[in-house]
Amino acid sequence: MTFELFIFYLFAAVMVFAAARVITARNPVHAAMFLVLTFFTCSAIWLLLEAEFLAITLVLVYVGAVMVLFLFVVMMLDVNVEPLREGFVQYLPVGILVGVIMLVEMVFLITQKYFKSAQFPVPERASADALSNTETLGQLLYSEYLFQFEIAAIILLVAIVAAIALTMRRRPNTKYQSPSRQVEVRKQDRLRVVQMPAEKRSS
Amino acid sequence: MISLSHYLALGAVLFCLSVVGIFLNRKNVIILLMCIELMLLSVNMNFVAFSHFLGDGAGQIFVFFILTVAAAEAAIGLAILVVLFRNRSTINVADLDALKG
Repeated sequence: MTFELFIFYLFAAVMVFAAARVITARNPVHAAMFLVLTFFTCSAIWLLLEAEFLAITLVLVYVGAVMVLFLFVVMMLDVNVEPLREGFVQYLPVGILVGVIMLVEMVFLITQKYFKSAQFPVPERASADALSNTETLGQLLYSEYLFQFEIAAIILLVAIVAAIALTMRRRPNTKYQSPSRQVEVRKQDRLRVVQMPAEKRSS
Repeated sequence: MISLSHYLALGAVLFCLSVVGIFLNRKNVIILLMCIELMLLSVNMNFVAFSHFLGDGAGQIFVFFILTVAAAEAAIGLAILVVLFRNRSTINVADLDALKG
């Protein structure tokens, strides 16, 4: 077994363990933390596959942004976890059965001759003076896939607008200042000068 | 050496784990969203593996777009979840029966 294979098996074992804990953890915060571990080991495996840019993106975007969002929501909502766990044991046998059947089918397909090393020989390691992974992706992304790239930007914009529009609420009894009305105020609206006759001195 | 089947098998194991997770945690919307993220990750693993073994950068571009869409989906899904909890005070899937479906 080469060192590379050892590294792969190590990360694969950590990844499968973390994924298994994600789906069995009692506490949603623990599940989110194990999902972070899964993403982290996955990015390590992507480094083995020489996809450096995507590996770093996975850590930055997923661990840094999406999982933090998950943790925010999990901690912000005061969820009673116990009723959400009911049916866990009841569906455990059928879940495992379906999972094992799917896995056996997939592994049966994967181990056919189509994906063997004869069809997909292990590529040479990229040499140091070749184009880096980031440069290769950048050249593809900004030339051939430019239109798709812009659509991705629009999708993100729609996501921003949708998330804010969904969660923003105006409470009717909240007191807040309206700057436009403050600026519009004139002296006549606020100040009234009252003419009164002078009072006689009583004593 | 690590062959393509190693990576494909790892992706398959991850995908099956997330399917089992959807079966087990069918009441908890948060865990369901996490299982969907896990599924997308396993699919991305296949894309990156094929991209490496075919020497074609298009697979990694595809992963890039999947990551974008997944991030947007997670943001909107969690926003819906927050609104849901605000209105119904629960995230139990069994209680979300307003449509009588």
